[in-house]
Amino acid sequence: MGSEPVLQMTGLSFRAAGRTLLQPTDLHVLEGECMAVVGPNGAGKSTLFRLLSGEWAPSAGQVMFDGTPLAKWSLAQLAQVRAVMPQSSSLSFPFAARDVILMGRMPHATGREVDAAIVEEVMTVCDVQHLAQRHYTALSGGERQRVQLARVLTQIWQPVALGRRLLLLDEPTSALDLAHQLDLMRLIRDVCGKAVTVLVIVHDLNLAARFADRIMMLHNGQPVAVGSPDEVMRPDLIECVFNVKAQVIEHPLYGCPLVVS
Amino acid sequence: MFQTRPLAFHCLLLLLLLGSFILSLSLGSMTVATGSLVEVLLGRLSGDVVTGTADMVIWQIRMPRVCLSILVGACLAMSGAMVQGLFRNPLADPSLIGVSGGAAVGAALAIVLGGSWSWFAPDWNLPLFAFMGGALVTALVYRLGVGPLGTSVATMLLAGVAINAMTSACISYLATTAEDVRLRNLVYWLMGSFNVASWQKVSWVAPFALLSLLMIPFLWKGLNALLLGESEARHLGIQVERLRRRVIILAALAVGVSVASVGVIGFVGLVVPHIVRLMLGPDHRWLLTGSALLGAALLSLADLAARLVVEPLELPVGVLTAALGAPFFLFLVVQRRRGQMYGV
Repeated sequence: MGSEPVLQMTGLSFRAAGRTLLQPTDLHVLEGECMAVVGPNGAGKSTLFRLLSGEWAPSAGQVMFDGTPLAKWSLAQLAQVRAVMPQSSSLSFPFAARDVILMGRMPHATGREVDAAIVEEVMTVCDVQHLAQRHYTALSGGERQRVQLARVLTQIWQPVALGRRLLLLDEPTSALDLAHQLDLMRLIRDVCGKAVTVLVIVHDLNLAARFADRIMMLHNGQPVAVGSPDEVMRPDLIECVFNVKAQVIEHPLYGCPLVVS
Repeated sequence: MFQTRPLAFHCLLLLLLLGSFILSLSLGSMTVATGSLVEVLLGRLSGDVVTGTADMVIWQIRMPRVCLSILVGACLAMSGAMVQGLFRNPLADPSLIGVSGGAAVGAALAIVLGGSWSWFAPDWNLPLFAFMGGALVTALVYRLGVGPLGTSVATMLLAGVAINAMTSACISYLATTAEDVRLRNLVYWLMGSFNVASWQKVSWVAPFALLSLLMIPFLWKGLNALLLGESEARHLGIQVERLRRRVIILAALAVGVSVASVGVIGFVGLVVPHIVRLMLGPDHRWLLTGSALLGAALLSLADLAARLVVEPLELPVGVLTAALGAPFFLFLVVQRRRGQMYGV
């Protein structure tokens, strides 16, 4: 794990229609780190995500990616090192799942054979080989989400000379059953092991606690805690932010914090 | 169906196009035997013209007509496929969403007022104005119909209804105020038929059919990515704004010159890409070329049918495509309602 931040936010904030959706936020995400962002509905998670993905321009502050302000990156170069998985996708044309995944190679000029090999590998890793020839439109919500994950992983599967790789995910587990939630988070961890930095918005505190290196908790557009799962998963904090009485115990199997409400 | 190899399908389409080309040249009020057809064509190609009725009928009457129907068919089908990709919606058709109507108003303006601009490339007034009308409407409908979550079919089609109402009002207004001679030209053109075909009109449409074809390699990847969503396309490195501008201009050009030369012919841009998608899937790499070939073949066959069914009279081909296309569209709408529509 490197020490130079891959993703660096300084004084990042966003206002729209007279409302502050994100208070000035500072955050460094280190190379190879898996950073989870948690918070109740309306806490500003999606706002943060849109600012990080460059979809919205911040009202103040800036996002640096690999030492260069996000706004200075060209689309083509950014696409080679950074993949973004939004919460839902509106694809309504019947592409075969494999063709959707293959689109992840679009930013790269690696040639058909390399691309096909990467797609095969990623499909195996994501457990979607059996969906390869199925039409995307005929897949269930969970299957679509896994195919989309495979697509973004395909995009940043190989190291590129251009720079360090980053994966941004917005609630990638929202449509998955328990087994696939765990699989997906484990997969994201493995990707981190392959020197890809990950920032993921997670709804489920226990998923975040088990798989993230560090967690940022947002509340009313404000970061209220940043730190290791042990530091962030405190009963008082959870009660204040999520408005539920909760206890935090040690996970009997994995030793990570476990939130029980 | 999706395993159909794209190349084989394209070869099939080429054969179909060739067949309809030969049929359209030989059949009509005067049937020309294959022998004399070959003779005339060879004569023309070698510069050693065999003058006579056969040459007259084939080269001066039927040839421009067949070429024009092929080019217009390719233009309409390709722009239909492109517009559907842009809107991320297989129900977008240049005639349904008002693009053809906008082009028609432009063309009608050029016909009625055209004399006043005779200093400016008089031969090109008609297609130029049609292009501007078409581009304006495409940009407008896009603005209205496309939100961050994709297109709203309802908004897009309703905008089309309103725009079509406006354009026909505009054309009626222009018709009432037009001078006699210009009115006759306008009415003649409004009927929308290939019997007005000429080599000049072929020369209007050909460059833009070619341009659309030549742009396919620069568009198909972006259009595929765009189907994932606008921000997804951006995250894959596609410059969405530039792509959108290109598609709007290309479609407006292709529809504009088509409308300027033969009037409004509906549903080609809807039906043709749909059939190609059924055969080859939604990948724009094959969809656009396949649509061009099938559009060319089908519209030339439709024109042949329009010439033959009520002989010695002639149906405007737009009547025929609407008679076939409109029920097809209704069928798609019903399917879509049942939630089984292929593509939505």
